[in-house]
Amino acid sequence: MSTSTHSLPRRSLLAAGGLGASALGLAACGGSDDSSSSGGGGGATANFDERGPITFATGKDTSGVLKEFLERWNKDHEDEKVTLVELPESADDQRSQFINNAQAKSDAYSVLGLDVVWTAEFAANQWVVELPKDKLPIDAMIPATVETATYFGKLYAMPFATNGQLLFSRKDLLEDAGVSEPPATYDEMYQIIEKVQGSNEGMNGFGGQFSKYEGLTCQISGVVKSAGGELFDKDGKPHADSKEAVEGLQVLRDGFDKKYIPQEALTYKEEESRQAFQDGKLVFLQNWPYVYEKFEADDGSSKVNGKVLVSLVPAVTGEGTSTVGGLNYAISAFAKNMGTALDFIAFMGAPEQQKAWFEQTSNPTASKAVFEDADLKKKYPFLATLKDSIDKGAVRPQVVKYGEVTQAIQEAAYGCLSGDTDAKAAMSDLQKQLTDLTKG
Amino acid sequence: MSSAAAGTQIRSRTGEVLSPKKIKKGRAGSIVIAIGMAFILVYCLLPFYWMAVSSLRLPSEGRSTELIPNPISVQNYVAVFDPDNHFGRALINSLVVAGGTTLLVLLLGTFGAYALARLDFFGKVLVMFMIVATSMFPVITLVVPLLKLFSGGFEWWPVNWINSYQAMILPTMSFALPLAVWNLNAFFRQLPVELEQAAMVDGTTRFGAFWRIILPLATPGVFTTAIITFIAAWNEFLIALTMVNQPAMQTANVAISKFTGSSQFDTPYGTKMAAGVIVTVPLIILVLIFQRRIIGGLAAGSVK
Amino acid sequence: MAYLLLLPTLVLLALVVGFPLVLSAWQSLTQSGGDIDPATGIIKQGDSFVGLQNYADAFSGAGAGAGFWNAFWNTTLFTVVGVSIETVLGVSMALIMARAMRSTGIVRASILVPWAIPTVVSALMWQLIFDANGIFNRVIHYQVLWTTEGWQAKAAVLVADIWKTAPYIGLLTLAGLQTIDDQVYEAATMDGANRWSTFWKITLPLVRPVLVVAVLFRLLDAMRMFDLPYVLLGRLESGQTLSMLASDAASKTNYGLASAYSMILFAYICLVAFVFIRVLGADVIGAQNKPAKRGGRSARAARRLRTTTEGSMA
Repeated sequence: MSTSTHSLPRRSLLAAGGLGASALGLAACGGSDDSSSSGGGGGATANFDERGPITFATGKDTSGVLKEFLERWNKDHEDEKVTLVELPESADDQRSQFINNAQAKSDAYSVLGLDVVWTAEFAANQWVVELPKDKLPIDAMIPATVETATYFGKLYAMPFATNGQLLFSRKDLLEDAGVSEPPATYDEMYQIIEKVQGSNEGMNGFGGQFSKYEGLTCQISGVVKSAGGELFDKDGKPHADSKEAVEGLQVLRDGFDKKYIPQEALTYKEEESRQAFQDGKLVFLQNWPYVYEKFEADDGSSKVNGKVLVSLVPAVTGEGTSTVGGLNYAISAFAKNMGTALDFIAFMGAPEQQKAWFEQTSNPTASKAVFEDADLKKKYPFLATLKDSIDKGAVRPQVVKYGEVTQAIQEAAYGCLSGDTDAKAAMSDLQKQLTDLTKG
Repeated sequence: MSSAAAGTQIRSRTGEVLSPKKIKKGRAGSIVIAIGMAFILVYCLLPFYWMAVSSLRLPSEGRSTELIPNPISVQNYVAVFDPDNHFGRALINSLVVAGGTTLLVLLLGTFGAYALARLDFFGKVLVMFMIVATSMFPVITLVVPLLKLFSGGFEWWPVNWINSYQAMILPTMSFALPLAVWNLNAFFRQLPVELEQAAMVDGTTRFGAFWRIILPLATPGVFTTAIITFIAAWNEFLIALTMVNQPAMQTANVAISKFTGSSQFDTPYGTKMAAGVIVTVPLIILVLIFQRRIIGGLAAGSVK
Repeated sequence: MAYLLLLPTLVLLALVVGFPLVLSAWQSLTQSGGDIDPATGIIKQGDSFVGLQNYADAFSGAGAGAGFWNAFWNTTLFTVVGVSIETVLGVSMALIMARAMRSTGIVRASILVPWAIPTVVSALMWQLIFDANGIFNRVIHYQVLWTTEGWQAKAAVLVADIWKTAPYIGLLTLAGLQTIDDQVYEAATMDGANRWSTFWKITLPLVRPVLVVAVLFRLLDAMRMFDLPYVLLGRLESGQTLSMLASDAASKTNYGLASAYSMILFAYICLVAFVFIRVLGADVIGAQNKPAKRGGRSARAARRLRTTTEGSMA
């Protein structure tokens, strides 16, 4: 288990699922009275001339690649050493450690590994400092990832990693059903499931992340966008009760009602759904690319070895849209030696590190170049599809009250998918809550 | 002397005193008892069995439901002690924190409990209630103010205690100390006052009487309290997580929370279960060693 | 003298609990931060005094305080049902173990196992057991989705909690049982009491003080339950407790409301503990230290027996 482990914090990428709509202005409208904090306020004094030892707080590194990076950095920077501070694997725990330390104005963490959806909150509270764009390799990064690190037109973090979901299909079962291409829409997918289930008693159809947690927000945002709707528009106004949004949710509800999606999917997070597919219990799975390596394992742990097709996630009407995850690096407003910290995050964004990270952890990095890299293309045959997935689902909102927003989305979606409320009622209730959360 | 007799009685209470013949029961009775014992064993060990079995699977089969792992693998245990986890060091830290907490709690608790049990003073009941009330406040709410305090966020607090043992030990005492005071108090109360009075008439100081007479008689109660405190401190997580950010200072539970699976989405059940076995078994052995004293002590500490 | 001996305890508790408590009490009357600056997106810093607004929000159960009553009833349910079953189970275990004197070493060691596993690990263990395709469902040959919203999620929390803590009560009760002198039982047998009435009239009253302390501290713990439902169920409403609500509010940097939840929980626990001690455990704090009578335990037990057989026990 210690081998081939990845150092991105668990769930950080899924927690990064955005709302599928650009809402840079949302925070401006979202200035309600109790979302802010008393602990910030260090941001104005960023001094990028100070140099010296710093710390780097992020999820645990067991792939060893981060350790290599740090060794390389520390060898070249005798007086500006970086010490790794490992945080718990749970993204929620990481975030509360960051916030606790910001509340205490502690300088224990210099560079923070921030989930993309935290940017707005950390920037608005001035727990992290604005970064000078000219000192960082921002132009080399996928534009959508830069957007996640930007708040009110200012850069507060440097994009490091990104991610997008894909559809994994069982090639053998599709062939048996007389289909050669993976489905592009939910309709097609459900039809195939119907055929496959006809000749395979007890076979489950489609799996995704439908447990009540951040992953559900990702599923909903994607499906709403592919139905042509959006949860928030460009001005940050919620549109959860639009016809398209309701239709998106309804498509998933239909899946549950007609048993195309198994009831147990309500307990699925990434790993549960991955395991079900890998044990041959699912025809289709929507998940992050890390699962591919596990499916292709030839040590007997995978029953689907060599039988997996990779494509874009299914669409409701338009193009299949995945929400995009990622990890950004920011500098704490209470840190010492911000000059060193800035150099260090620039170092992490350099091509060498970007490629090595992707290669060794199976987690895509934010740099455009890695998707053109010949070695990586060879290792991940679906690289072009993945780039497509990230490009198409790219835009993410910057909501200060992201915690409340995502919980409201999960409540509404879960209530509908588990059969308690119908899609229209769930979405109009959600609309009311989102309006409350974003009114000025 | 009755009290001395009570003391020795306590220590000898390993159960023989309460012989099965005291209430008549036939063969049917023993069968019921045997079934009952089997039930207790199954109850306590079945979930633990699942934990142990899960820790002995191959890491890639973490969710398997095979009753016996196939093949049996110790990879998870090897992974727990991977140098990057600092798990050996973490075990030592846990020992220091839990041990330090226990010692301090016993020291303060004994004094406090003795005062409450033996001395007359104004507002005693109030003090007792105040002490127990401190273990009624949610720990999650204590953590942020304490982090701010110990990291020097208040001007009247001169030192930075982040990454120190005391920053973990003192807050942990907040819930261990009330339990200890209550327990020890109950125990001291049941020792006859005449004992000390006799000793003090003979010219011993109050402290001398306490030290030489009460404390030895109270040993089982003290042991009981020690074990309870130790387990509570050993299992503490939130405080240890918040007050420390250096791997070299983290406790075992914090180290466990940082285990990662083979991907960032993977809950590493195997290694966590293995670590659970590793932190539980020494505790059981420790308790087994003190067991006779505990059983006697628990009883004497609470019964009056 | 007494104050001197208590001083270190009180000073320490004042520092690590009293101080944060006062801070929380004050914070529960404030709302941190202000509006977002429309030009920069930056939140204005500083606390503002809002009086009892946070408490009103919580008790109204609407808006920011949504979920309060759900969490309140969950906390109450987990505490009442959990601690009741734990007590019955624990006492039963103790009765069985007190009777069976052979090979208790193994049983006594095993009884400590659930108690000694760190909650964060045991919660994860139960997660594995209650998985949709986990061992529990495999054994019952029926797929219950334990970690979905509903009664089954509450049941899962209760099972995991009871499993962990029943042995704790069992162990304390066993210790209590073993201090009951044989003479008491002999007297009872001579009086012709049957096993059932012996238990109700003699055994239970005699172990009551032990039970009261054990159950009291279990109550305090159960009412503050946090890690178990947090790890096992995550954000499911079915498992939300008041402690989790406070933590959730704090994680949204809504510190005023978080403090208000903590203060409400604190008051609730105080009330329950106070009533509990008044009703069941007056002799546990016993305002005065009475010299123990000669004859010690057995004399007292016999005395108690007399009073109980006379029917003075409620």
